Amino acid sequence: MSQIEQELTNKFPELKIYEHNPKRLYITIPKEKITEISKFLFEVHGLRLSTCTGIDTRDGFEILYHFSDDKTGTYYTLKALVPKDEPKIDSLAPWLPAANWIEREMHELLGIEFVGHPNPAPLLTAEDWPKEKYPLRRDFAPDLTMEDDFQEYKES
Amino acid sequence: MRKIVPIGPYHPLQEEPEFFKLIVEGEKVVGLEINIGYNHRGHEFISPKMTYDQIPYLVERICGICSNSHPLAYVMAVEDCAHIQVPERAQYIRTINHELERLHSHLLWVGLAGHFIGYNTIWMWSWRYREPVLDLFEMITGNRNHYAMNKVGGVRHNIKDDQMPIIEKVLLEVETKVNMLTKAVLDDPVLRARLENVGILPKKDAIALGVVGPTARASGIAIDVRKDDPHCAYDKVNFDIVVFEEGDILAKAKIRLLECFESIKIIRQCLRQLPDGEIESRVEEISPGEGIGRTEAPRGEVFHYIRSDGKNTPVRHKIRAPSFMNLPSNEIAVKGYSIADAALCLAAIDPCYCCTERMAAFENNKLKYSGKELIELSIQKTEQLKKRFNRL
Repeated sequence: MSQIEQELTNKFPELKIYEHNPKRLYITIPKEKITEISKFLFEVHGLRLSTCTGIDTRDGFEILYHFSDDKTGTYYTLKALVPKDEPKIDSLAPWLPAANWIEREMHELLGIEFVGHPNPAPLLTAEDWPKEKYPLRRDFAPDLTMEDDFQEYKES
Repeated sequence: MRKIVPIGPYHPLQEEPEFFKLIVEGEKVVGLEINIGYNHRGHEFISPKMTYDQIPYLVERICGICSNSHPLAYVMAVEDCAHIQVPERAQYIRTINHELERLHSHLLWVGLAGHFIGYNTIWMWSWRYREPVLDLFEMITGNRNHYAMNKVGGVRHNIKDDQMPIIEKVLLEVETKVNMLTKAVLDDPVLRARLENVGILPKKDAIALGVVGPTARASGIAIDVRKDDPHCAYDKVNFDIVVFEEGDILAKAKIRLLECFESIKIIRQCLRQLPDGEIESRVEEISPGEGIGRTEAPRGEVFHYIRSDGKNTPVRHKIRAPSFMNLPSNEIAVKGYSIADAALCLAAIDPCYCCTERMAAFENNKLKYSGKELIELSIQKTEQLKKRFNRL
């Protein structure tokens, strides 16, 4: 067990740690703890936030924060589950610039709100991209919506 | 008085069209706004609709320069997910390909950087020396670009015994030429004046922004996936990672030039140690689970994440290219320097340049700086420096 893993278990005993292999750890966390645990990993242990992945699952939106420990080559992935009816989680961007763009990306592609983000403007989608249409959600049907938009445009 | 010099939207210095708004006071750049997404192709959306065997062809087309890194990171993610063992010979061939890619990519950057500051000789030289490397790719994989080399469980093409002396010969040739090029670049006082202490990215900001690759190593952060998390055959060869503390463009240029020698060293060792055996293993099924694949592309760490539910397509495929982390660092690196330096500063993180000629700056509805003029501006500055150093 690595030192970081040990300290994590001591400090936050409620975490579930799954070891896929010694260099790939997946840690399930309650979403309220994200700032606290990320600060612990970034500021105390100097881990680098590589990127985040947002996944639309049956139970809600799963957000994975991939932290890389470059001294040992280990990836610590924090998994937070955000409910679908209220997709909100604390933003890391105010104190960690590395999270800025990726949170904007998840905000526009999955519709997750990052509370406290300094600039939640769309990053990738076009200016005229319809609001409330999130391409990485399971219920997104691209052709149909395009057709609808075109119809609306023709009627107007 | 503040003015905005827009560079883009079909900008220039990135692999996808981008829009930089340079906020300038007179000649000095005081701020930068970055807009991306003009050529967002939705790979993460398309990928879950394709089978595991088709995706390498898709991710290969993310970038024409790193067209080995993305498939490599992807197949490693799938192999990590499904616990697939890759034969040793395939690991070595992957390493050889990966280093050849770094070699041609770094030479490409050096050439373009030379072109931007008005040293067209460097441009012509380094692109000429890059050409035999592409020929090697054609010989090994059948393609000069988009090599289609990686597959889940191995590689598609073998390196034959009669190809090895040809690779060795080209490597020797490239090594001599790059050696000459490196000396020419580092000895030139004008080039030093142009690159030294320009576009500095301080270490503190580099850590906070999470930059990767040569951009991080130029700011004194010693990270390299090849050393930190050895994959392929990187744990079986000797090489050094090149780190500088300065954080300026000269440091970035030095890193890229010196890494060429390390790449050549790695390929030579791989050719000597290349074991016999299979080049692919049979893949039975991709079991449910998740996997992370990462590798050191020429521009930094490429990250791929795969989640499988046991079907023949992934549930989620996350792709993070190195430029996504490196680009925001421009906001800090370009501040305080002149417009003439901006083109080079924005290019220093080694984005792709395919659309360089489309830079545009408008003032009162009139084109202020076109891409050509920005380069002209940069060339003029070099000329002035040359005069000062009595180099004309």
